[in-house]
Amino acid sequence: MAKEVTTGSVLVEDFDRVLSGWLKVQASENVKRTDLVSAKESEKQSRDLLAALADVAPEAATADGFDLSDAQWAPVREALEEIAENRTERGVSAAEMGWFIASLKQPFFEILHEELGETSAELMREIWSATRIVDQVALYAIETLVQKREAIIERQRGEMTEVSAPVVKIWDRIVTVPLIGTLDSFRAQTVMENLLDAIVQWEAEIAIIDITGVSTVDTLVAQHLLKTASAVRLMGSECVICGISPKIAQTVVNLGVDLPNITTRVDLQSGLAYAFRRIGVAAGER
Amino acid sequence: MEDGRTAVTLASAQDVAYAREAAKRAMTEIGASTVRRTKFVTAVSEIARNAVIYGRGGRIVFEIREQGGVRSVVAECSDRGPGIADVAMALTDGYSTGKGLGRGLGGAKRLVDRFEIRSSETTGTVVILESRAR
Repeated sequence: MAKEVTTGSVLVEDFDRVLSGWLKVQASENVKRTDLVSAKESEKQSRDLLAALADVAPEAATADGFDLSDAQWAPVREALEEIAENRTERGVSAAEMGWFIASLKQPFFEILHEELGETSAELMREIWSATRIVDQVALYAIETLVQKREAIIERQRGEMTEVSAPVVKIWDRIVTVPLIGTLDSFRAQTVMENLLDAIVQWEAEIAIIDITGVSTVDTLVAQHLLKTASAVRLMGSECVICGISPKIAQTVVNLGVDLPNITTRVDLQSGLAYAFRRIGVAAGER
Repeated sequence: MEDGRTAVTLASAQDVAYAREAAKRAMTEIGASTVRRTKFVTAVSEIARNAVIYGRGGRIVFEIREQGGVRSVVAECSDRGPGIADVAMALTDGYSTGKGLGRGLGGAKRLVDRFEIRSSETTGTVVILESRAR
């Protein structure tokens, strides 16, 4: 054989063999997840990725300091990102994603063995070269999958923030906002904006903030409440904070935080009763 | 929670919430009252947030101990920050180098049974909080 056989040349010249071998391993190793990804899609994804590799690898893989983040590997990264995106949506696990790529080694090694079986030094060299590429690609695939998933979590967190501060007009000139969970700076800002807008929209005189669902009132939460209350006051309305349980009251006292000029009540009922008195509505006892 | 230890890495505001959760679990495990639990969780929240905001992040480790038949939770929070130049001043109510209320450190001290603080320019700040079950 006059021509040198390398990982790169195998990719180009034995493309179809590598692809069909890979698809076969995928099936036998059970990494196809035919329940989540159809055989046709799997084949297309495998073909796209291999095609991208065949385009780039012959030149790039031989270079020293092989690095998948180099610009020349961009087509491979794009193909991987598409696969990761598709598989994240279907709920494929990171391990399955890794093994899906790693199973590409088998057809590679088989062809390399066939071609270079006689000369073990070259065989070892090319096995190392193939391993290096496939492993890097597999790691990148896993990392991409995890990133996509984190992006989904981040987006859901954003959606939670949006829905968790609904301001309700509870009575003529009275608005209320129930707070649930943690009150970080971002959410506190959202709550304040929503509440101030609602005061204008409904010409509210009383704004009730219900913190029954807030588990911890530390200095940061207290600071946010103070700021919101003083903004409400500036708009000519009164702020009532309710849902202060005995344990929260004791904790706030120990912290040394003072809530000056803010009306506080134990629960929403007494907060509402107070609000009714302030605007002159008689809440009849039955 | 094997051998009664839990560690939480502190890097973002979200991690402060994780630290609070871990503190709550530990206090529930030793059977502390809800008031004691709330106080401890609040103290942990202050210290963990300080580590994130002023201490360039760090780590908080929770450990359950038992002494004389009373169980307690010990939290050790260490950060990678520049240290606190004047610890006594930092513990004073109303003093803050940032934008906070300046109650966190002193408040945390009043919320727990034992409070220790060590700080140096080279090793950052270490705060130890301990709360007994009763």
